[in-house]
Amino acid sequence: MTAVLEASGLGKQYGRRWALRNCTLAIPAGRVVGLVGPNGAGKTTLLHLAVGLLAPTSGTIEVLGRRPGGPAGLGPVGFVAQETPVYAALSVADHLRFGAWLNSSWDGELARRRIEQLSLDPAQRAGSLSGGQRAQLALTLAIGKRPELLLLDEPVASLDPLARREFLQDLMQVVAEHGVSVVLSSHLIADLERVCDYLVVLVASQVRVAGEVAALLASHHRLSGSRRDPRTLPANQEVIEESHTDKQSTFLVRTDEPIHDPAWTVRTVSLEDLVLAYMSQARDARHLAHPRLGVLR
Amino acid sequence: MIRFTWLRFRAQAAVVFGALAALAVVLAVTGLALAHRYDTAAAACQARGDCAAAMNAFASSDSSLQSFVKLVLLAAPALIGMFWGAPLVAREFETGTFRLAWTQDVTPTRWLAIKLGVVGLASVAAAGLLSLMVTWWSSPIDKAFMDQWGVFNLRDITPVGYAAFAFALGVTAGMLIRRTVPAMAITLAVFAAVQIVMPLWIRPRLITPVHTTSPLNIAALQETGVTGNGRLQVIEPANIPGAWVYSSQIVTPGGQPASSEPATPACTTGTGQACDAYIARLHLRQPVTYQPASRYWFFQWYETAIFLGLAVILAGVCFWQIRRRRSEELHLPHLHANPKNPALERSG
Repeated sequence: MTAVLEASGLGKQYGRRWALRNCTLAIPAGRVVGLVGPNGAGKTTLLHLAVGLLAPTSGTIEVLGRRPGGPAGLGPVGFVAQETPVYAALSVADHLRFGAWLNSSWDGELARRRIEQLSLDPAQRAGSLSGGQRAQLALTLAIGKRPELLLLDEPVASLDPLARREFLQDLMQVVAEHGVSVVLSSHLIADLERVCDYLVVLVASQVRVAGEVAALLASHHRLSGSRRDPRTLPANQEVIEESHTDKQSTFLVRTDEPIHDPAWTVRTVSLEDLVLAYMSQARDARHLAHPRLGVLR
Repeated sequence: MIRFTWLRFRAQAAVVFGALAALAVVLAVTGLALAHRYDTAAAACQARGDCAAAMNAFASSDSSLQSFVKLVLLAAPALIGMFWGAPLVAREFETGTFRLAWTQDVTPTRWLAIKLGVVGLASVAAAGLLSLMVTWWSSPIDKAFMDQWGVFNLRDITPVGYAAFAFALGVTAGMLIRRTVPAMAITLAVFAAVQIVMPLWIRPRLITPVHTTSPLNIAALQETGVTGNGRLQVIEPANIPGAWVYSSQIVTPGGQPASSEPATPACTTGTGQACDAYIARLHLRQPVTYQPASRYWFFQWYETAIFLGLAVILAGVCFWQIRRRRSEELHLPHLHANPKNPALERSG
């Protein structure tokens, strides 16, 4: 597994506040990676560190094997910033010129074709585009430089549901056509569920869980049965989330082994349940004196 | 990047250089007429021998256009700083587009260098052209007035220095404050303060002035009289053509002011000639502190160099800031001020 983005002990401090602290992760190539976490988890800070808009306070980050922020510019990395900023006073065609003039690897034909497919008017000012169209234009700028890696920071957060679906469908088409690695962040797993095949859950700058979506879904189960102490569960079943009533216990466990105990009703979990379980685990851990370790891989 | 900077800047450049072209037409037409009228007036007054009055009358003519070009020249550098300098970087921060601009194959340092270069050169060119036009247009008036130091900051090359400084000041304010309108306000305030401090306290001290003491020229006495307490009053401006006179006094050989002498009846009740004869016997002297006319161009270059130097220092501050920025929290005011999107407020 080659990593397109590798962070080690990465930290970013503003004054006395850490926006990201001791973050270690490796994002594999050739995937569509969902970077999920609650607001304030450090997703934007991580992505800004990855594109060199910020310099790390501690630790290191490498993107496609290079430290960002060097004299060569960003290189084969396409970035779509949060809220998809574009120049409001410039036309769509001017933005394609911007892409061509500021990037050595610009594919003008590709960009023009995309604008045509999206039926954007090249003469229209970017300021009068809809949120969805603006996001498409920003994505076009990122794709036009023929990147090996696309980083998108909450690209659909400000879009309505229809524009959201169109944007993600378009993104998937790009991935299929160009085989580019993608990292997209969101605080809502529902946004990413349909498109991601790899998931990184970031909570309070820590990677709580990371892995292929299929493997994650296969190794997590919801068990329900008569009330039981979690300590009596087999050692290979790690409890992520538990809830109890007077008579009943429900556990969300992670295990690579099959579950044979006939006392349990075993159900699969949705990706959303899984992510929420890890997020709430992290939240509970912060309230405990001895935080339970998350699953780090 | 140069082409993109030009793409974004060309509309503003077109407005300013278009206005300059229009002004050039107006000044060319009126300037030729002005020069012709000057030549006619000068020839006529030499024939009549009343050039002082004639030149005064000439210089005061066309005063509305004179005041207009003076206003344009005074305002131009401040406007350049406010409208070309301040938004240059601040707008990118305000709209969040810096995240687009600085994540291409161009580093932020090079991005800034090209922006400063292109718009800075345009600023200097606009101010230079304006000053050139006005200096040519007003040359007959300036010849008539014979007060080159009075229009020191409105002629020749000093406006170029002011424009470069104001532009760099605007960019620096935008870089530090990261908001366009406050940066514009700061630019105007600082530039105005510098334009007050420079002529009042700095320009007079740039070069040590010349001191001369000459005998009072009785023939050129402008006014004589008596003060309220019966003392002599003698008024004669220093007669040094083209000089910037700091101070001019009339003193006795002993160094006392002329007003220490009593006004004798020759001056209180006598004729003008009697009074002049009395004053001549006092052997009054006139010490003058001044910058000679020959130093005009030295001052022009000196002051322009000072402002260009300040502009370079400010540009250095901008480059230092854009490097330092990577260790600071990114300001995303447009995100945080968006009430429709509360979910984004604290995001990572």
